[in-house]
Amino acid sequence: MQIKPVLAALRRHRLATLLIAMEIALACAVLCNACFLIATRWAAMNQPSGVDESSLATIQLDAYEDRDAIDLNARLLAGLRAIPGVQSVTLLNSIPFGRHRGTAGIETRHDGVGTGDSPLVELYLGGPGSFDALGLRVVQGRKLNDDDYQPFNGLMPAHASVLVTRSLAERIWPGDNPLGKLIWLDESRYEVVGVMDQLVVPDPNGRGRGKEGWSVFVPGQSSTYLASSYLIKADPKDIARVERDAREAAGKLAPDAVLDQPSSRTISDLRQDYFHQDRVMTGVLIGVVLALLLVTVLGIVGLASFWVQQRRKQIGIRRAIGATRADILGYFQTENFLIVSLGIGMGMVLAFALNLLLMHYYEVPRLPWAYLPVGALVLWSLGQLAVLGPALRASQVPPVVATRSV
Amino acid sequence: MFAYYLDLAIRSLRRNRMLTALMVIAIAVGIGASMTTLTVMHLLSGDPLPGRSDHLFYAQVDGNPEPGNYHEPLDKLDYRSAVDLWSAKRADRQAIVAQSPVRLNQPDSTKPALRLTMLSTTSDFFAMFAVPFRYGNPWTAQDDERRSRVAVISDDLNAKLFGGANSVGKTLRLRNNDVRIIGVLAPWRPSPQFYQVAGGRFAQGDTADYYTRPEDVMTPFETGLEVNDGNFQQFTCWHLPSRPGHLQNSDCAWLGLWVELGDASKVTAYRRFLDDYAQQQKILGRIVRPQNTRLRSLMQWLDYNGVVPSDVRLQTWLAFGFLSICLFNTIGLLLAKFLRRSGEFGVRRALGASRHAVFAQCLVEAGVVGLLGGFGGWLLTLFGLWMIRHQPVPFADLVHLDTSMFAVTFVLAIATSLLAGLLPAVRASRVAPGLQLKTL
Repeated sequence: MQIKPVLAALRRHRLATLLIAMEIALACAVLCNACFLIATRWAAMNQPSGVDESSLATIQLDAYEDRDAIDLNARLLAGLRAIPGVQSVTLLNSIPFGRHRGTAGIETRHDGVGTGDSPLVELYLGGPGSFDALGLRVVQGRKLNDDDYQPFNGLMPAHASVLVTRSLAERIWPGDNPLGKLIWLDESRYEVVGVMDQLVVPDPNGRGRGKEGWSVFVPGQSSTYLASSYLIKADPKDIARVERDAREAAGKLAPDAVLDQPSSRTISDLRQDYFHQDRVMTGVLIGVVLALLLVTVLGIVGLASFWVQQRRKQIGIRRAIGATRADILGYFQTENFLIVSLGIGMGMVLAFALNLLLMHYYEVPRLPWAYLPVGALVLWSLGQLAVLGPALRASQVPPVVATRSV
Repeated sequence: MFAYYLDLAIRSLRRNRMLTALMVIAIAVGIGASMTTLTVMHLLSGDPLPGRSDHLFYAQVDGNPEPGNYHEPLDKLDYRSAVDLWSAKRADRQAIVAQSPVRLNQPDSTKPALRLTMLSTTSDFFAMFAVPFRYGNPWTAQDDERRSRVAVISDDLNAKLFGGANSVGKTLRLRNNDVRIIGVLAPWRPSPQFYQVAGGRFAQGDTADYYTRPEDVMTPFETGLEVNDGNFQQFTCWHLPSRPGHLQNSDCAWLGLWVELGDASKVTAYRRFLDDYAQQQKILGRIVRPQNTRLRSLMQWLDYNGVVPSDVRLQTWLAFGFLSICLFNTIGLLLAKFLRRSGEFGVRRALGASRHAVFAQCLVEAGVVGLLGGFGGWLLTLFGLWMIRHQPVPFADLVHLDTSMFAVTFVLAIATSLLAGLLPAVRASRVAPGLQLKTL
């Protein structure tokens, strides 16, 4: 297929060519970035939590008196354990994708206060058995044993053997062995005895990129400030029923407290809720991408049809002097390919410019290169698809047209 | 002439319904998407107190005694700074705000207790923020001083507990303490709940919670601290409080201070007062960064906190990107449409129509497409807003299309179509009559 005559013809339609190319360029830029945003949201929504989500649920109580806390715990732990199907009920102050009560900045030195280097982490303060109930995977060091769970006064234990997540260990002691290292929380001193593979913070979207797994697990026992937040474990088949029963039981067991309905759910439900906005946004983005492709295709169809109509006579002449139907079809397809290529060329630049803008305003990572060839391929195929109809109609123009009304 | 062009436009649009439909749909979808997001932006970024907001300011001093190179003070005040500044009474009006979750029930009711959010503030709050009352009155400065056990409740709570009747004089039990209702608010829904906004710079754009409803129960500041002692949440602490939830003498920032300043000279004077206070506290060793005082106006404070959720902003950008693609699409289609009728324009020109006349005719046709697209866009906007109202977002109940945005819908649609028609119309008006007549 000769490109020269196609180019020569396009030069006569500079404006229309440029318009279609611009439309494709914009579509390319928005398409690549929207797909990238979809992919990042998707990854966030599906990030591993490190816990055994499908078999866990939680009960959250509020509005009790502090002096009743230990009594409340005793009633609830015993009462909830009596529900058929429950494997364990334990205390845990923060719940993955649920309420959080242990968000704090930690230091690696006792006198480290105010140095500005105090990563904001989630301190998961758990009662006996909670570590095992969560199903956390230890990759280095040891698990917690019964002696590690000690009674304490105040908000957090003053001393404890703790586990940190791998990502947090890499942030605080890059390249070092974290075992035996110390973490300070104000006057509290925690010794790292193990490293967890992953334990997601309750609000991963609110912490910033790369900080979703900055958690510390601190063992403790039922106390004034480790109360009212219970982790229930049951078989995944039973968890929904157990959760219903537990909510009902909680109302009877704790008439002096108020059940926090929206937070007392299974962990899978909490996760669904937590990422609801991201799901909506992903839906919106997918909708935009589809609408965008549709509009672009319609634009190409509209203009190509017009050109076919306008060139009927020329097509007839070409056919009369020996061009085959395939030649005509090829002509329009080549033309479309050239215009789309021009659009994609401009679109790549635009895509990166748009990505820079997004990076500036929305903390979006850099657009990976791979999106561009894929986006280009999509647009090329769509262009070919869109032009096929008008081009086929063009190839059906009979040579006899050339002889009419000359 | 306009009527004639209108007639021509309608005839022409009818002739090729497919192409017309394509253009109208493109504009309608573009306008629908843009107006849905723009309406949400408009509702979320508006002035919550038009006319008053210029005189309202959020006062900040840096109460954090830890050394460090912090350029901004903390978003909230510690108890001592807040009470010092408040009791100096250097502004026209001033109010401290604190929020806490509280258990509420009625003394002689068997209904289960509710857990609500309580606002503890000082008497100026209501006048400062023009809070409307349905029954009763706000408490007075004497009530603040005497720590009176009184409360003002929201219209919602009044409806829930008393079926909307006048409940002034009735008693509520907050935790274990009885308070007397002295006022019931009329429906009040500021957007955002501006007086509690803080910490936006740490929110990673996830700021939808700034649009929750105002608290259901409000008590005098010190009354609230007494009644609900042990349930107050800190914004941040530089040392853990010895009794969590009791923050009066703790190393924590947790209180907001709003002041009303009638004119520019008062603003300058108050700034000086804040600086002087910080300097004086530096001498006492309580403040280490006296330069970190701020007095932002209400709108500046909302802006500083980036109250509009980043997803909403992103959606708006996306919608306008989409609209621009629809615009290019319409330009292309209009160009095709007009140039196909070159013969017709040639005849008009040959019969004496000026270039302007052809240009005007084309623009009228584009405008009609815009009007139709605007109508479709309006329907799509209503649909889009209906979708948002059914999302579990705190601002869902705020979302509606007001008259100004209704007008903007059509203005934007027609402007878009005229913009799209401009280039094709210029092209059409340049048609050489002779050449066209020859090929007819």
